Order: sequence, then C-alpha cells, then structure tokens
Amino acid sequence: MLGKLSWSDIPLHDPIIMGALGSSTIGAIALLGLVTYKKWWGYLWNEWFTTVDHKKIGIMYIILAGVMMLRGFADAVMMRAQQAIAAGGNEGYLTSHHFDQVFGAHGTIMIIFVAMPFIIGLMNIIVPLQIGARDVAFPVMNSVSFYLTVAGAGLMMISLGVGEFANTGWTGLAPLFEKEFNPGVGVDYWAWAFQLSGMGTLLGGINFVVTILKMRAPGMSLMKMPLFTWTSLTSSVLIIFSFPVITGALTLLTLDRYLGMHFFTNDMGGNMMMWNNLFWMWGHPEVYIVILPAFGIFSEVVATFSSKRLFAYKSLVWATAVIMILSFTVWLHHFFTMGNTVNVNVFFGITTMLIAIPTGVKVYDWLFTMYRGRIRFTSPMYWTLGFLTAFVIGGMTGVLMAIPGADYVVHNSVFLVAHYHNMLIPGALFGYFAGFSYWFPKMFGFKLDEKWGKRAFWGWMIGFLVAFMPLYAVGFMGMPRRAAHYDDLSWQPYMITAAIGTAIVGLGIACQVIQIVVSIRKRESLVDATGDAWDGRTLEWATASPPAEYNFAVVPVVGDLDAFWEMKENGTAYKHYPVYADIQMPKNQPYGVIIGGLALAFGFAMIWYIWWLAIASLIGIIATIIISGSNDNDGYLIPASEVKRVEDLRFDRMKQAAKEEENEKSSKEEVYEYSDKNN
Amino acid sequence: MNSSTRKKGIGILKGMLFLLTAAILGGCKKMVVLEPSGPVGEQQAFLIKVAFLLMLIVVLPVFVMVIWFSIRYRASNKKATYKPKWTHSNAIEAVVWGVPVAIIIALGYLTWDSTHKLNPYKPLESENKPLKIDVISTDSDWLFVYPEYNVAVANQLVFPVNTPLNFRLTSGSVMTSFFIPALGSQMYVMAGMQTRLHLMASEVGVFRGHNMEYSGNGYAGMHFKAISTTDAGFENWLKGVKEATDTLTVARFKKINAMFHQNHPVTSFSSVEPNLFNTIMMEYMQWMHTPEHGEMEMKHGTGPEGHKHIHGHGTMH
Repeated sequence: MLGKLSWSDIPLHDPIIMGALGSSTIGAIALLGLVTYKKWWGYLWNEWFTTVDHKKIGIMYIILAGVMMLRGFADAVMMRAQQAIAAGGNEGYLTSHHFDQVFGAHGTIMIIFVAMPFIIGLMNIIVPLQIGARDVAFPVMNSVSFYLTVAGAGLMMISLGVGEFANTGWTGLAPLFEKEFNPGVGVDYWAWAFQLSGMGTLLGGINFVVTILKMRAPGMSLMKMPLFTWTSLTSSVLIIFSFPVITGALTLLTLDRYLGMHFFTNDMGGNMMMWNNLFWMWGHPEVYIVILPAFGIFSEVVATFSSKRLFAYKSLVWATAVIMILSFTVWLHHFFTMGNTVNVNVFFGITTMLIAIPTGVKVYDWLFTMYRGRIRFTSPMYWTLGFLTAFVIGGMTGVLMAIPGADYVVHNSVFLVAHYHNMLIPGALFGYFAGFSYWFPKMFGFKLDEKWGKRAFWGWMIGFLVAFMPLYAVGFMGMPRRAAHYDDLSWQPYMITAAIGTAIVGLGIACQVIQIVVSIRKRESLVDATGDAWDGRTLEWATASPPAEYNFAVVPVVGDLDAFWEMKENGTAYKHYPVYADIQMPKNQPYGVIIGGLALAFGFAMIWYIWWLAIASLIGIIATIIISGSNDNDGYLIPASEVKRVEDLRFDRMKQAAKEEENEKSSKEEVYEYSDKNN
Repeated sequence: MNSSTRKKGIGILKGMLFLLTAAILGGCKKMVVLEPSGPVGEQQAFLIKVAFLLMLIVVLPVFVMVIWFSIRYRASNKKATYKPKWTHSNAIEAVVWGVPVAIIIALGYLTWDSTHKLNPYKPLESENKPLKIDVISTDSDWLFVYPEYNVAVANQLVFPVNTPLNFRLTSGSVMTSFFIPALGSQMYVMAGMQTRLHLMASEVGVFRGHNMEYSGNGYAGMHFKAISTTDAGFENWLKGVKEATDTLTVARFKKINAMFHQNHPVTSFSSVEPNLFNTIMMEYMQWMHTPEHGEMEMKHGTGPEGHKHIHGHGTMH
C-alpha cells in the first residue's frame, strides 16, 4: 500500500532533524490555525490560490523563494558551523552522511527553489507592466508553472522528515547517484523535485517568450524594450533551449534507477562523464538564466536613481545577446580535469573567457550611466553598488578558472565554492534584492523602510566578504570542497572566519525580515499614491501602485526607450480619460493548484514506489489538462463603468496626496522662514 | 545605538579585521598552490599570478570609478555636471569594448600556450628515468601500484625527488579526483577508463594528497601522504615494502573495494598480481565479451603518444 515507506524512514533518532522538523511543523500548524481562525481560506482560495493574475502569481513566487531561502540559509549555517569545528580530532556535530545531504539540499534549494522562483516572480510582476500588457500570454499555464515549482519545493521539504535527501550534491554525481551506490530514496527526492520544478520553469520560459514577443504595447519595438524585459527575454530563451536537456538527463537517470538501465553506470556501456556533459549543458546556461535578469534589474535601478538615461543601451542589449549565445558554448569548463585532449580544453577555456568581454562592457556601461547623473542613494542603489564592487572579484576568479592550466589546481577546491558564490550572491541575489525593494511599492503601494534596507545590505555585503574571501585563500591551500571533516589545522582559522561571515549574513537576513515587518506597520507614511515611487522611467511606473487587475486602463503608446519618462517630459503622463472601454480579462482557474497537488502526489509516489498512487495521480494530471483545455468560458468582462470607477478613485487619491505634500512643504517652509527670522 | 556600544562594535570589527589579516598573512606559506614544490605546479602558480595581474587592468578602474562617481555625482552635489540625456560616446564605447578584448586576446594566447605546456598527459622532461605508478581508487581509498617494482601501497605515495612520475589512473568504484596540491594538476579517476597524469617533485618533503570529487562517506578521510624522498630513501623504502606480508591480488583489492565508506589504514603489499590495473579496469567491460560483440582486443595506451583520453569504450570499438 505504501510502497517502500515505513515508520523507520522517519528519522526520529536524529535530534537535529527532528528539531528542524518539529519547529517547522509547529510553524505550519500555527499558520494554518491562524488562517482557519480568521476564516481566510475562502479569500486565499478565490483571490490567490486560483488566481491567474501575473502580479499575484509573481508575489506568490517571491514568497516561496523567501521561505525556501530561510531553509537554504539554515543549511548554509549548518555547513559553516560543521567546517568551523570539524578539524583535527574533532569530528564535528554532523555525521558525514548528514553533512552530505545538507550540501546537496543547500545547492538544490538555493538554485532551483530560491533563485529561480525569485527571478521568475519578479519577471511575472514586472515584464507585463513594462511592455504595457494586461497579462501574460498564457495565464492558466502561468499558474501551472508556479504550482509545479511548489510541488518540487514540497518534495524538498518532505525529504527533511520522511526518508533522506541525496548525498550527491545539487549537480548529481555520476555514478555515485546510481542505485548500486545509492539504494536509498535521497537521489529520487532530488531527481523528482528537480524534474517537477524544471517542467514548471520550461512552461514559464515559453510563456515569457511569447508574452514579450507578441504582447508589447504599440510603438515598443525590440530596441525600445527596457533592459529588464530584454534580459527576461534572453533568460526565457535560455530556459527553452536548456531545460529540455536536464529533463532528458534526469529521465535517463530515472530509467537507470527504476528500470536498471545503464546510461551513467560504470558497467554495461554506461558513461559517467555523459552525465557531467548533459548536466552542464543545462547547468551553465542556467547560471545565466538566473543572472541575466539581475543584470536587467541593475540597468533599471542605475538609470532611475542616476536620473539619467541608460548609457549605451544598444551595447547593453548586444552584450546580453552575446552572453546568451556564448553561455551554450562553455559547459565543458566544469570538467577540464577529465582528461580531454588539449585543444578541447583550449576551445572551452577561450569561449569562457569571451563571456568576460560583454560582461565587462556591461559593468562599465552601468558606471557610465552614473557618470554625470544625479545619484540618489536608495537601498536598491546600495545593492547595485555592492554588486559592482564584489562581482568583478568573482569575474576575475572566474576568468582565472577558465584557463585550464590554472583550473587543474583549483578545481573542486573551496576556491571554486568561493568563486560561484561570488558570482551568484552579488550577481544574482543582490540584483533580486535590488529589484525587490525597487518594485516593492509597485507590488503593494508603499515603499520599504530604507533604514532597515540599508542595514540589511551591510549585513549581506560584509557578511559575504567575510564568509567567502577566506575560502579563496583556503582554496589555494588545496582544501577540497564538500569535506565533512579535515585534519589540516591551518585551515581552521579561515573556516571559523567564514562561519562568522555567515553569521553576519544572518544579521542581514534578520534586518530584511524586520524591514518587511516595520514597513507594513509604517505603510501609511510610506505610501505612494502616484504609482511612480522613484521618479521612474519605464512603463510599469505609468500605472497605479498596486496596479488594477487590468494593469492599464488604456493601453499606452510607446515612443521612446524610457517611455514613461518621455510621457512626463511631454506632459502626457497621468492622463485621466473621461470615458473608458470594456476590458476582457482571464478568469481565475483551479487547474494550476490541482495539477500542482497531483504532481506532488505523483513525485512522492514515485520516490516511495507507491505505484497505485503514481498511476492515479498521473491519470489525474492528464485528465485535468484535458478538462482545462476544453474549457471555453475562460474570460470575463470588466465593464467600462467599473474601469472608470477604479481610475477616478486613483486620480482622486493622487490629487489628495499631492495636496498633502503641498501642505507639508509649505508648513516646512514656514518653519524655515521662522528660523531665518530668528537668525 | 549609543556611542559606547558603537565604539564597542567598531572595536570588535577591528579585532576581526586584524584576525583576518593575520590569518591570511600567516597562512601565506601554506598556500601550496601558489608556492608549490614541483615544476608543473610552479608553472601553474606563475600562470595564476600573470592572469591575475592582467585582469587587474579591468578590475581596478571599476573600484575607482564606483567610489569616484558615487561621491562626485551624488544628488546633493549640485555643482557636478548633470547630463540626463547623454547616452553615447564612441570613444568610451571603443575603450570599454577594446580593452577587455585586448586582455582576452592576451589571456587567450596564454591559455593556448599554457594548456599545451601543462597538458597532464604529456611526459615531463628530465634527465632521470621516469617512475611508473598505477593509481587505483575505491570510493574511500587510494592504491598505488609500482609496476616496475611489483609492489603496492594503500593510502601512501612515496617517490624519489626530481624524478618524473608517470601515473595511470582508474577507479574500481565511483568517480574520484586525484590531487597533490604541492605538485600541480589534478585528474579525474573513473571506473572502466584510464586517465593519465605526469607530475614531479623538485623538493624533498611530505605533501598532502586528496580526493577532490565527492565519493560518499569515505570522502573526507580520503587523503594520503605524498612523500618525496631522495633516491636512497626511496630504495630503502622499497626494501621495507618488499618485506611486507600482505600481497595485492584482485581478490584482495575486491575486499578493500567492498569496505564501503571506510578508510583503509596505510598498508604495504610486497607483491602485486600481474596486470592488476588492467584487470580492474576491464572488469567493467565484461559485457563486451558477449557473443554479439565478439571477443575484444585490448590495447594499452602506453607511452607519450597517449594524448587521447584512452578509455575502454573508445579503444574497443
């Protein structure tokens, strides 16, 4: 009935796991209790769970990323604590088998369940607004994408308490992940969590390419698209081309593990290096999938807060496109040491270095956007400046490792760990944080508290440097990555420093949580009634904050790259029309959440060999797809009168806010006058 | 925050900075990758330093410009020039594309040249006769076979200084990566395949060797002492090994290999079953003996021409 699953699979004997499990279970029960007590279920179901509104789906993506980031960070703390103490005679507090699950879970969570949902969330919220669209091309599919990611994240969380997680890293290690060496369920958890969310991402990629190519407002030619939209487009193209590779590779692994085939085994013609090739054919583009949109965010932020047009827009677009293409030509640099012929290594080394050229150009284009601007140092700008300084260090170590001869001595050491964290934390994560605080007023109608935002930045920035710079040094001492224990005591001071750095990052995360709480409590004073919280340049700022469900009452006509800036210059911004037209919008649908729930059941059933459930849930998924596909009644009309009501309200609020501001200003001036007189 | 706690905070910060600097400076001697003890590693350390300096040309201006532009063009500085519509300059674009291109051309040449010179499959030049060593890894142990002397040792590598070491590597289990940081290049070790590596020590000493590729619960303990000694010391050590009672047969190897996740103690073997390395490698090729594939012919990739990734599959079809 329950396949392989039995009571002994619950790690009751492990106090660390049970502690984590207990506290998260209590948290979950408290949350569910609160929702039930407050009778929020109906509201959540109707307004959020079944929504097809890209803004709400985006917000749910970001909440998912935030929750998973806390879990991933807890894993990071465990690893850093272990490596700080497990030197010489001290074996540390984690067993080797626990440690290896932690590093695998940390990587899988941070890439697949933090970086991906965070950036896809921001893309969801902002891209349609930036291109003047009312939704994405396939709203129901968008909801399906989200719930497939949730299903994968659900499997990750279940693996904490039922069974175990993979001991083979986030990249999968052939042939260690084969049944012969790994008979347990850990690898299956990893593979199915990865597989489900990967399918969701692939659908999302298709959705965004179609949205961006087909749904732009009139006048917005490709070369008038804001940089964030451009980078989202390239990122989505990368998703479409690279995710099928990992889907295929994971399928081959599944065939190996479930049906005894031999794709990546030692014997019977299996080839472990084929896994490495397939994985990184997806894995390297994946790095750019998460980092390119962050580059887009930095471009928006730096132009807005320098109050200046983006420098060398065309260069930036071309640089993005070049990176997109080159990202498919470098995967072999992840295994220069497998004994390739010399010229294979030379080829992949040089293609890797080539990526440094457009990336360097971008860095300088952002700097020259600041040049002769009027820079406002808001927290999004802090993240951007932090990124610029830290990222170039990572770029430098990256180019270093692109030289095969140098890579031979730092590969698989903690130097490599330092390098890719140096790319992904300042490069991707700081970008998402910048985007989050930049667009937060667009999502919710009020700004985030700046004081706590800047504290959070310093926590992350200093913490990052203290945590990862020592790893570069220990890497040069030859310390291998993923070691649960080491006996060279000269490494320990560095590992202790790294642990301190992680604690400082923890302070930064605490500041972020406080920032959100404080901002919600102070939302009255942080409110932005104009919809244009930062004196913005692109179309998302032309509409209300938060936007009405139809985004734009009248679809804007674009004449310039900085479409909204131009409207403000020409005095055509904030047009209050006397009449509006009816607007057709997609209806909320439960298909996404149903498919996600069934996918979770399917994944769980496959992991534990509960065949009846696997078959039942698979049939359920197919049936749901057929039913949703035959549903013709999927839209509804917002009458013109309703649109007018909403828009009138917006302009009333705007006028009132302007008046209040005027009053405040004059009262301030009075004070000045008064003090002048006193002088 | 009052001023005394602030001061305290700054004090702690200062203390930490001091510790960090002390740790980095004090640890310099231990950065074996940058101060290696063999010709391969020396070239690699030089390569790292040259590449680092070249890249500073692009990186240093970024630091300067971030600080300079942030101060100069802050919104409150109304004296600074403000050109909100300035977006293009051919001169700047030429520089920001041109300089990185020039540096990458230089680095590209360096890559071409150094990758050929540092090809791990290329034998090292030396007046001394090379020593052949067969490396066989399990999931948690290293076995070093000296075919010319018909001895082997587990989890310890002893070799004469200034002698080229010609390694052949294969795994009896999962994939591992063989690395002695003080000597240079690492190389993957895979079952059913053979990789090659050439290293040499230019100093007498005891170095660390590791597995760098996670291989299961025995991974953290999967390190060994790599002892570089004089010719006489090596001869002496050989004599000692010859007196060991243990011998390394395929059956004995299988016993070690089956000790999953456990690190075997350092053990000497006074004799080794002939062709052990190939036998272990070909174990995973048994399926090719089936009638439809026909009997296969084994080719040993020996000698300096072995540039190719010689592994079972490639040579056998």
